[in-house]
Amino acid sequence: MKHRTFFWFFLPTGLAMVLFIAAPIVSVLIQSVFAPHEAVFVTVENCGPFGCVQETTIDQAATQELREAQPLGRFVGLDIYLDRGHLALAEMGEAWRSSDSLGGFFAELRDLPFYGAMAFTLTYTFVCTPLLIALGLVIALAVNTLTQRLKGLVIFFSLLPMIVTPLVGSLILFWMIDSRGVLGTFLAYLAGDPDLSLKASTPLMWISIIIYGIWSSAPFAFVVFYAGLQTLPQDQIEAAQIDGATRWQQVRFVVIPHLMPLVTFVALIQLMDNFRVFEPIVGFNASAHATSLSWIIFNDLGGETRQLSAAAATSVMTIIGVAILLSPVLVRTWRDFRGKT
Amino acid sequence: MFLRVFTTASALAIITATSAAACEIGARVSIVGNEFPAIQTVGANAQACTGGEVTTNLTADHQKINLPGMQGNPAEYTSAIIANSSIVALMNDDVIRPLDDLVAEFGQDLKPNQLVSIGGQVMAIAFMANAQHLVYRSDILEAAGVEPPKTYEEMLAAAEAIRSQGLLENPVGGAYMAGWNLAQEFNNMFLGFGGQHFKPGTAEPSVNSEAGVKALEMMKALSAYMNPDFLTHDSNATNAEYRAGNVALMNMWGSRAATLVTVDGVPEDVKNGFAIAGPMTVGGGDTPASTLWWDGWTVAKNIPDEEAEATFKAMLNGIDPSILQDPEVPTQAVWLIDGYEPTPAAIGVFEAANAGTIPYPMLPYMGLMHTALGNELADFMQGDETAEQALADVEAAYTAAAKEKGFLQ
Repeated sequence: MKHRTFFWFFLPTGLAMVLFIAAPIVSVLIQSVFAPHEAVFVTVENCGPFGCVQETTIDQAATQELREAQPLGRFVGLDIYLDRGHLALAEMGEAWRSSDSLGGFFAELRDLPFYGAMAFTLTYTFVCTPLLIALGLVIALAVNTLTQRLKGLVIFFSLLPMIVTPLVGSLILFWMIDSRGVLGTFLAYLAGDPDLSLKASTPLMWISIIIYGIWSSAPFAFVVFYAGLQTLPQDQIEAAQIDGATRWQQVRFVVIPHLMPLVTFVALIQLMDNFRVFEPIVGFNASAHATSLSWIIFNDLGGETRQLSAAAATSVMTIIGVAILLSPVLVRTWRDFRGKT
Repeated sequence: MFLRVFTTASALAIITATSAAACEIGARVSIVGNEFPAIQTVGANAQACTGGEVTTNLTADHQKINLPGMQGNPAEYTSAIIANSSIVALMNDDVIRPLDDLVAEFGQDLKPNQLVSIGGQVMAIAFMANAQHLVYRSDILEAAGVEPPKTYEEMLAAAEAIRSQGLLENPVGGAYMAGWNLAQEFNNMFLGFGGQHFKPGTAEPSVNSEAGVKALEMMKALSAYMNPDFLTHDSNATNAEYRAGNVALMNMWGSRAATLVTVDGVPEDVKNGFAIAGPMTVGGGDTPASTLWWDGWTVAKNIPDEEAEATFKAMLNGIDPSILQDPEVPTQAVWLIDGYEPTPAAIGVFEAANAGTIPYPMLPYMGLMHTALGNELADFMQGDETAEQALADVEAAYTAAAKEKGFLQ
């Protein structure tokens, strides 16, 4: 394609990307280096149903002047990125000096909101992604061997976890694993411990969320692999069969290499999605045990006093995190691309 | 969450029939607020007005959406139903208007104690009072041979008696869900031990104190008698436990207590044993371990005058004394409306007010403290941290947030 043609062809997409992707990111970046003005307090008399008291409130007139002078707020540079709610460098240094063992240091680190969230998010991402790819592949191979009549029905049921809204799906599971729920009671019976509570134990809660994550995302991998299987060259399979390859050997040496580009694609998408894990934490009411960067953003915006700058800083850190996670896959794709041309 | 909004909306559509006096408005009204029976009544009666469209969005997540919904110009919501905690966020960002002119013109029938004034300007109209207080099962307490507790120490003893006699495995209910609820239970206990959230006259935190440690230790002791999932139980889940007959003692909101056993499917013994008492004290103190609340409504600043007037009239109709004629309504809350006669269900809130319970502080930085408490105390409740560590974390988290918001330098 000529450069000129390409330019006109790409222009609408490019404009949409600038408007809906680049501009919001820039706005979040700006938000994260500015904080609200220092509040001007006045003590006033507040009266209500329970009588009058002297209380502190914000002097709106004085604050209004500050706002008009600097509409963006005060510039704080990287202060918010470095405070306790984010990278917490000062607290990290303090923890390093005060703890006598590496274990103690990590325990103190996990107590800081950002590192606690990263511990869960990374565990979730790196356990969920390979397992859901494997599960998706197994389902795709199994469905592919079914007779034509059964296929439609089975495909529909296999897709259900993806069709169900994530929040609703996690709520259903949340009620099932309640200590009075179906699964909760069954597990307590299996373990022989009537006091067993999944929701009261951090490791069990992590496992529940990870299982939910695999359950809800495996259909995506399945659909992609199933589509890939339809393009599998039959002559190669037949050749392998004539050479006496077992079913496992056919899968290992013919099917998987054929699907490899799709595996990369699914891994990319799922790494990105799992790093932003959010719905199950809300659905499972799991914030006491597991948090993620997305949950921190939600929490910053959901309190009675909203912390926009803190949420913006966490958003920027999420973008950086996704970029770091995807870099090995992207670099590989780039090399493959260069190798081909 | 969405389901609840949906069912609330459809339930409201059905009960709008209970209209108050004729009300004629000339512009749109859009109300956002919490969802519990009394507020649903107010919303439904505001919707009885004719001449302009009145929409309501009543949801437990109201505080996440009311500020963003009022910051635009024109504002999406013309009125937010708030409490003494949540009005602060609206005041901080200057999105609600003074009501003095509208009160002078239309509000002659309001009682003086319904007018919430801040620095001499009326900013909200209160319509009900609320507090957390004891709700218990008189039949189970009788069977265990214990009196209704007056203090949290007695509550622990009663819980032990009930458990040891095999009456109930987890007799104590508590809305200890990590986040807002857990923080609120801490506030109750902390104030009961005589604690102060901030150094007087400043935004400096002072929760890491003897009162803070004692408050946490009492909460931990109580949690041993709760359903092990307590960190995921909000007041709805705690009520469900009570209705199912699994709980004999709990600290519950007055606004929810009255309707606790009136829903379908509550067993007879739970209905018959249902009893309410005032809030408990703790640690030998005189101040109840609870907080006093009012719920009221506001009018948005960024809307045309005719919408403000329509909103004021519609909300006034929502709290018209005639709503009390429906026999259900007087039991739903401790109304501050003219003509309200306290029902037996109101005794808990009245005792709270008479015993000198401290109103929830209306300070610009209290919301950040509440959030910090809600995030950091779960570690202690799970036994991962000491009380001192958890409270030090609260202060550190609060300080970082308060610096960002410009409350602390």
